[in-house]
Amino acid sequence: MAQASNYNLDQKFDFTAPVKKVIFFLGGLGAVLLLIGIIAAAFGGHHGAGEEGGHAFHWTKRLYANLWINNVYFTGIAIIGVFFFAIQYAAQAGWSTALLRIMISFGNWLPIAAVLMLATFFIANHDLFHWTHSYIFDINDPQYDRIIDGKGNFFYWPMEKGSFPIFYIVRMVLFFGFWIFFFNKLKNLSLEEDINGGTSYWYTIRKWSAIFLVFFAVSSSVSAWDWVLSIDTHWFSTLFGWYVFASWFVAGLSAITLVTIFLKDQGYLEMVNQNHIHDLGKFVFAFSIFWTYIWFSQFLLIYYANIPEESVYFIERLSSDVYGPYIFVNIVLNFVLPFLVLMTRDAKRHNIFLKLVCTLIIFGHWVDFFLMVQPGTLGHNGGLGLMEVGMLLVYGAAFAFVALSNLSKKNLVPKNHPMLEESYHHHI
Amino acid sequence: MERDKHFILGIFDDEDILLSAVKEVRAAGVKIHEVFSPYPVHGLDEELGYTRSRLPIAAFLFGLLGTTLALTMQFYMMKFDWPMIIGGKDHAAFPDFIPVTFELTVLLAAFGMVGVFMISSNLKPWAQPRIFDLRSTDDKHVMAIDIASNGSVDLEQIKSALKASGATEVNSKSFE
Repeated sequence: MAQASNYNLDQKFDFTAPVKKVIFFLGGLGAVLLLIGIIAAAFGGHHGAGEEGGHAFHWTKRLYANLWINNVYFTGIAIIGVFFFAIQYAAQAGWSTALLRIMISFGNWLPIAAVLMLATFFIANHDLFHWTHSYIFDINDPQYDRIIDGKGNFFYWPMEKGSFPIFYIVRMVLFFGFWIFFFNKLKNLSLEEDINGGTSYWYTIRKWSAIFLVFFAVSSSVSAWDWVLSIDTHWFSTLFGWYVFASWFVAGLSAITLVTIFLKDQGYLEMVNQNHIHDLGKFVFAFSIFWTYIWFSQFLLIYYANIPEESVYFIERLSSDVYGPYIFVNIVLNFVLPFLVLMTRDAKRHNIFLKLVCTLIIFGHWVDFFLMVQPGTLGHNGGLGLMEVGMLLVYGAAFAFVALSNLSKKNLVPKNHPMLEESYHHHI
Repeated sequence: MERDKHFILGIFDDEDILLSAVKEVRAAGVKIHEVFSPYPVHGLDEELGYTRSRLPIAAFLFGLLGTTLALTMQFYMMKFDWPMIIGGKDHAAFPDFIPVTFELTVLLAAFGMVGVFMISSNLKPWAQPRIFDLRSTDDKHVMAIDIASNGSVDLEQIKSALKASGATEVNSKSFE
């Protein structure tokens, strides 16, 4: 009983001034907080025990660490948008058709993220990455480090260890290059489908999605080693790639859910009903548990075996006055809260619960990255203060602006997608 | 309670006709005993006026029981009954208990849910299933209407309501 639907398929998201104002306000608030944080750190922070290994602690180091946390985090949310888009095609999913443009819009952040990431790396390298010091690789130097020397080729090959980290930079450029290429390819194919129609685009997008997913499977893991794991250069964890991916994925799903609910509240996407929202809620719920599973798998083995070179990672965090409490904030926000609140069907079908949980999850996974980056870079000089909150708001606002302004440029619904009709009748 | 014995069956070819028929027959004041279909029909539960299953509540409670049981068991064994030091940890090393707790929670939730489902659906091994029409396992949808529970409605009225709503056949079925 297929009935002709009278949905407006040519609808476009109008990025109105009030919405922009809210985003600019949040970004501005973040900038002010960031500035206050910097001033407080620059003029008031010297009386503490700022000595660490003979180097005086400088506030710029904390600024760089903050840049790095948000670079990695928002790159993740952006690429998860493209990843989730590709998954829909690879899985031949029909339910999500009306949401595809939201997912792919996140990818517009990738070029900006690439520039920010490279720039931050070159400005901050010694302050963030211990392995960038050349004396580590000099066997005659008293600070020679045999373990890092053994891992040196991972950064410097084929050049001499301690010189220019060519292999590392090439990987970063390649990953971003391919991610941006795949993002543009998928986006353009999807937009061309709007004009020309037919089913051939769907098959072409599925093919490109499959290729992208294979590339992403490898690159997401390696990028996690490069950008996050290498901060704690001595330490290693074999599931770190999936851990970072899981964190990205939950945050990205929460962002997709929030944008979907926001658009519905604004009166768009009338073909998206509570069944679609329910499915997004299920994804957030399920992958929150997946993240917990990965987090705990990493923790339990290290805790149980209690090998010093492994357990140092958790001792740095759990026994620290600065970071200890945030371990529990991390688990409560990213596991206990979504697990208990989103367990029932009703919670996943009511926007208010999803808005609350998804917002807290986006903050919660930022805390996760905060805990991955800061202890290894700042030690006891770190913390969650005005600088951290400010930087998160600045990045969040910038990300939201880029994603939403690109979303407003083209049709909100892929109107010639062969499975659009199936999406209308989604029922669970 | 004695089981109902006499039924009127409406046979339907098409799921869309079935869905509208369920709506019409119920609107005519007839109580539907059950609808049998070869495959799940979306929206049929709502049309039949079924309330949501309470099975998830049972699953949650059994899961909670599993969690409690697992933690109690491990704390009792490791702290009081036979304290052992493993890997230099405290007797009651909470993180060590999580895997067993997780497994028992899943196990009891799953078994409990299956058990409750079997009991509430009367799926005991010795149950004698009543076959209303064998074709409901092939290509027909069968709507069964219990005559006894529709005491006030005239039989002919039920039959004509079924016919009017698109049933290809209207049959009677009695069980011993």
